[in-house]
Amino acid sequence: MSATKPRTLYDKIFDAHLVETLPDGTALLYIDRHLVHEVTSPQAFEGLRMAKRPVRRLDGTMAVVDHNIATDASRYTGIEDPESRTQVETLEKNVKEFNVPYIPLTDARQGIVHVIGPEQGLSLPGMTIVCGDSHTSTHGAMGALAFGIGTSEVEHVLATQTLLQKRAKNMRVTVDGVLPVGCTAKDIVLAIIGKIGTAGGNGHVIEFAGSAIRALDMAGRFSVCNMSIEGGARAGMIAPDETTFEYARGRPFAPQGEAFDRAVEWWKTLPSDEGAVFDKEVFLDAAEIVPMVSWGTSPEDVLPITAAVPDPESGGDEARRAQLRRMVEYMGLTPGQKLTDLKVDVVFIGSCTNSRIEDMRAAAQIARGRHVAEGVRAMVVPGSGLVKQQAEREGLDAIFRDAGFEWREAGCSMCLGMNPDKLTPGQRCASTSNRNFEGRQGPGGRTHLCSPAMAAAAAVTGFLTDVREIV
Amino acid sequence: MDAFTTLTGIAAPLPMANVDTDKIIPARFLKTIARTGLGKSLFANLRYNEDGSENPDFVLNQQPYRRAEVLIAHENFGCGSSREHAPWALLDFGIRCVIAPDFADIFHNNSFKNGILPVRLPREVCDQLMEDAKLGANARITIDLERQVVVRPNGEEIPFEIDPLRRHLLLNGLDDIGQTMQQAPAIDSFEARQRAAQPWLYR
Ligand code: SF4
Repeated sequence: MSATKPRTLYDKIFDAHLVETLPDGTALLYIDRHLVHEVTSPQAFEGLRMAKRPVRRLDGTMAVVDHNIATDASRYTGIEDPESRTQVETLEKNVKEFNVPYIPLTDARQGIVHVIGPEQGLSLPGMTIVCGDSHTSTHGAMGALAFGIGTSEVEHVLATQTLLQKRAKNMRVTVDGVLPVGCTAKDIVLAIIGKIGTAGGNGHVIEFAGSAIRALDMAGRFSVCNMSIEGGARAGMIAPDETTFEYARGRPFAPQGEAFDRAVEWWKTLPSDEGAVFDKEVFLDAAEIVPMVSWGTSPEDVLPITAAVPDPESGGDEARRAQLRRMVEYMGLTPGQKLTDLKVDVVFIGSCTNSRIEDMRAAAQIARGRHVAEGVRAMVVPGSGLVKQQAEREGLDAIFRDAGFEWREAGCSMCLGMNPDKLTPGQRCASTSNRNFEGRQGPGGRTHLCSPAMAAAAAVTGFLTDVREIV
Repeated sequence: MDAFTTLTGIAAPLPMANVDTDKIIPARFLKTIARTGLGKSLFANLRYNEDGSENPDFVLNQQPYRRAEVLIAHENFGCGSSREHAPWALLDFGIRCVIAPDFADIFHNNSFKNGILPVRLPREVCDQLMEDAKLGANARITIDLERQVVVRPNGEEIPFEIDPLRRHLLLNGLDDIGQTMQQAPAIDSFEARQRAAQPWLYR
C-alpha cells in the first residue's frame, strides 16, 4: 500500500474495489457478493432476458426467498396468495434459467437474506456486498461495505458485477462506555437514530466505533448496522476484529484453513487509520442509554420507555407540529400519556434486526416461567432455519411455547405486511423490527420498535414495559 | 428508459417531510413482477379509505392534481426501502419530477434510473413552489433539464444543481448497463488481479 493519507475503513474497501474512475469522477465499483431475493429481482432478470445478457459471476451471487413466505406449516403446501406465489415461482424459474445458486424454502439454511448471508459466510470482512434491499447495511457489521440497491442496479450487478457509485462521505458514530443493565444493541441504535434523525446519515457511510460497540457480539453489531438506513446512511460498518474473525471462521462459504489465515492478515489492515478524517462525528455515552421504544411513525421518534407521549403543539415549526399531530392520531395516543400505559395487542420478535440466536435467548430469558398476557398474540420468528434448529437444541422453543408464544418458521414475517403475518387496523404491536412507518406491519397497524427483551416484557405484561423492572 | 428534457405540467403540493417508501407504495403492493401498473396504488394508504373509496382530502384525488406530473414535497423524500417500486409507482401515475429540499440516497438514485428527475431546492423555494402549485391548473411549472432551471408560473427562473453524468444519461435516455459493458476489459483485469490476491473469493 503506497497510500500515505490516513484512510477510513470505508475508503480502504472502496479503493480496493475500484475498477475505474470515469471522467466525471463516478467510480465503477466491483461487487464481491450479490444476494438476490424474490421482491426486487423479477424485473431485473426480465431485463437480462430481453437484452440476452447472462449473469456475470454465478459464484458471487446467491438467491433466497424470504419476504413473501408464510411462517407456519402452510408454507410447505404452497403459497395461498396468488401474487406472492407468482413472485416466489418467478424467482425459482429465474435461478434455474440463469443457473444462479439458490437456497430454497425447503432447505434448513433458508431464512432472511440478511441473516443467512453472514451465517453462511457469504458476507465477510473487506467485501463489497449488495442486495436489492435497504437493510443490506446489516452485513457491514462484518467489516464489509454493504448497501441496498434498487432493481435497476440489481440488473446492473447481475450483468456486470459492478456498480456506478459516487464516493460517500465518512461519518463516525462513537459510543463509549458500558451499557447499563437491561440495555442492548437495539437500544444503542434507537438512541443513535433519535439523536441524528432519519436524515442524519444522508450521503454518508457510518462507521460505528467506540468501546460499547467493540464490546458487542456479532448479533448486536448486526442490529446496529441493520438500522443505519433508518439513520439515513446507505451503509453502516464496524471494523473487523477478533470477534468478527471468530464468527467467520469455519462458515461454509468462508475461506478455510491456510486461506482463512491469509484472509485474516488482510482483514487486519482494514480498520480506519489513526488520524483518518471523518466528515461528520457523533458521540454517545453508553452509560446514559436507557431501554428505548418508538412512539411515532418514523424511526427517529423514539423515547426512553420511562417517558410520556409528547405534545404535538410543543414541537418545531407548523409542518413539524402537523406531522406530530398526525402521528399521535395514527398511533392512537394521548399527549402526556405514559408509554408504559400503552396496552399492546401483538408482540413480534423477529426480522433481520433481531432474529438471531442471541436475540432468541434474550427474549426467552424474559419469557421463561412467565406467561403471555390475556388477549395478547405473541410470535417469535427465527431469522433462519439454522437459528430455529439451534434454538430448539437449546430448548428455547419449549420455553416460548410454555409461555404462550407462537414459535414460527423463518422469514420476514410481520416486519412488513406482504405475507400472511399482518396487523389489522388499530392493533398495537411491540416489534423488534426496524420500521414503524404507517401501515408497515399491515394497514392501520401501530408499531412500537424495541429490543427483543423489551418486546418479550410487553408480551408478558400486556403493556409497553420497562424491562429493567422484571429482570 | 424515456429521455427527460423539458417538462411543463401541473405540480401537486405534498407538504410533508420524511415521505417514506411505505407511504409511496405500501408493502402489500410490491408483489408485482412487472414495472408497470403500480400507479393506482401510489400513496394507497393516504389516497384511499379503508373501504377502498377515494379520500377526497388527498391532493392526488383532487382536480387538477389527478393529472399532476410534478410533485413538490418537504425534506428527506423517499426514505426507507430500496425498492424501485416507489419510482415505478410515481412514474406509472404520471409523475416525472419530484422537487424537495433533499432526498433519501437510494430513492434519489432509483429515480434517475427510471427517468424521474429529482430536483433539490432549498426549503423556502419549495414552499414558494408549493404556493404556486396550490393555484391549480393555471399555474403550470416548467422543469428544463438542458438549462437546469425550474420556471415558476410567473416566469421566474430558479436554477438547480445536478450531477453531470446523471444529467447526460437522463437527457439522452441512456441505459447505464450498456455504458458499463463498454468497460468490460477493465472489469476483466480487475478480476484477474483480485483472483490472484484473494483466490478464495472465486469458486
Ligand atoms: S426482515 Fe423486514 S426489514 Fe428485514 S429484509 Fe425482511 S422485510 Fe426487510
